[in-house]
Amino acid sequence: MEYVSPEGLRLDGRRPMEMRQLRAELGAVSRADGSAVFEMGNTKVIAAVYGPREVQNRSQQINDKALIRCEYTMANFSTGDRMRKPKGDRRSTEISLVIRQTMEACIMTHLMPRSQIDIFVQVLQADGGTRSACINAATLALADAGIPMCDLVTSCSAGYLNSTPLLDLNYVEDSARGPDVTVGILPKLDKVTLLQMDAKLPMDIFENVMQLATEGCKAVANYIREVLLENTKQLENRRGV
Amino acid sequence: MRGMELSLNHTQKLRLQRALESLESLSSGTNSNASVTVADSIPVNQEDGVLKGHGTTDLDGEVVATVCGVIERVNKLVYVRTLRARYKPEVGDIIVGRVLEVAPKRWRLEINFSQDAVLMLSSMNLPDGIQRRRTAVDELNMRSIFEENDVVSAEVRDFMRDGSLQLQARSQKYGKLERGQLLTISPYLVKRRKQHFHHLEKYGIDLILGCNGFIWVGEHVEVKDDMVEDEHTPTKPDAKSNKSQISQSLEEQEQTYTPLETRQYICRIANAIRVLSTLGFSITLDVILEILDLSTKNGIDIHEMLGAEFCVLVAEKEAERRSLSTRKKR
Repeated sequence: MEYVSPEGLRLDGRRPMEMRQLRAELGAVSRADGSAVFEMGNTKVIAAVYGPREVQNRSQQINDKALIRCEYTMANFSTGDRMRKPKGDRRSTEISLVIRQTMEACIMTHLMPRSQIDIFVQVLQADGGTRSACINAATLALADAGIPMCDLVTSCSAGYLNSTPLLDLNYVEDSARGPDVTVGILPKLDKVTLLQMDAKLPMDIFENVMQLATEGCKAVANYIREVLLENTKQLENRRGV
Repeated sequence: MRGMELSLNHTQKLRLQRALESLESLSSGTNSNASVTVADSIPVNQEDGVLKGHGTTDLDGEVVATVCGVIERVNKLVYVRTLRARYKPEVGDIIVGRVLEVAPKRWRLEINFSQDAVLMLSSMNLPDGIQRRRTAVDELNMRSIFEENDVVSAEVRDFMRDGSLQLQARSQKYGKLERGQLLTISPYLVKRRKQHFHHLEKYGIDLILGCNGFIWVGEHVEVKDDMVEDEHTPTKPDAKSNKSQISQSLEEQEQTYTPLETRQYICRIANAIRVLSTLGFSITLDVILEILDLSTKNGIDIHEMLGAEFCVLVAEKEAERRSLSTRKKR
């Protein structure tokens, strides 16, 4: 199948190095400490953060750090065919773990000893790149909850089809079973916290693809920063003196 | 907008937008460019030396924010004041909390902090008002003072070594709160003041603005004086009659119900606070009373106070009030 047309356009009309449209909204869940909705094209994810709060299971309490828990779920209606999967299947357990580890890298857990932070992410619409969208939504929700973080974490995916590196794969491109590189970075510190790929790629091509994904992450970071700054200004102005 | 599930019609939307814009223009003059987000670097004068406060960290000699908020500078100290975050306690704060658990010699309270707060039996005034050592009997009777799910007002006493919080309620004004409503709002909307207990004589209502964002609106209760308690103590009744007294007082409590009018005022004040907190305006006694007057003057029913029209009215009123107060300053 042809994923990039001779004119250099992808199936959904994007250029190879073009991202899907981003949209973010804070405060989607009223009872949570922090929450966000994040959209990348047709992929839509909602995240809610509760805490830092008292540890529910005393035996899990850590004396010098906060405990971080993460739960990833896909809504039944999120995919094309309505699926009824059991909660905790292998895929969602794995993604929960990935999100938890990337978030642990940026949260300053030592400032909140003996407490726990719960992150819940749910996919409302799945169109490829749910992993990245979830991480971006979780970052926004954590920032909204006022939890101290050493940096934002942003994530983006890139692939390699028809011998062209493609940024931000959608579902059709994802199901082509080509290489799919998901990268998560700390934009300010310029470090990589997440790198996943389940295929083989030659070294030089991999570098190009990863470079592309990193650029994508930076673009996401800029957008997230704008949203957060706008929100902070609005809250401060509303509050008044 | 956060927490707002109102369907505004077109004119209302425009009016709200205009009110919010005018609010923005009013406050933008005071401290613009002071807002930061996570991982923004904060401009500081390195030569003078800086003290990094809350919400900042050091990155290659640069001061970097770790939370979203507003930069505050006090002499050398630079810190970031967060807006939406959990409550950060300070010693002496007046708070309202909910009892989660009755533990040995202590109660655990939910106060919107990262851990549960502890109220020791020994830092409570006993109901009989005598100062003495707490005995095992007192410990067994702890549930007669506070039970699970009771709402309690107290004061922050100090932090324990492990970072958890100790409360005290060593005065008649603290203690169990009954016959009213508890509201939870974002703590950044409540400012620390001299006065957090308000008695609204006109309506017969007690209003407690807890620093942790828990607000109590309830029927006014006369604070019993310590001196009166002392007079009672010499005639120490024996255990049996004491018991009967308690049961009688329970009956009395059931009989003395809150009059309808007071209950209506409680709901009215509570709804005023709800509207203010969804709009994100800071909550003080003056503002609440103003909104209360606005609702009664316009003849708005209690349940209509949470509707779209009143929300827009409140926003416009607040914009007007703030523009007046800034003009006065000038």
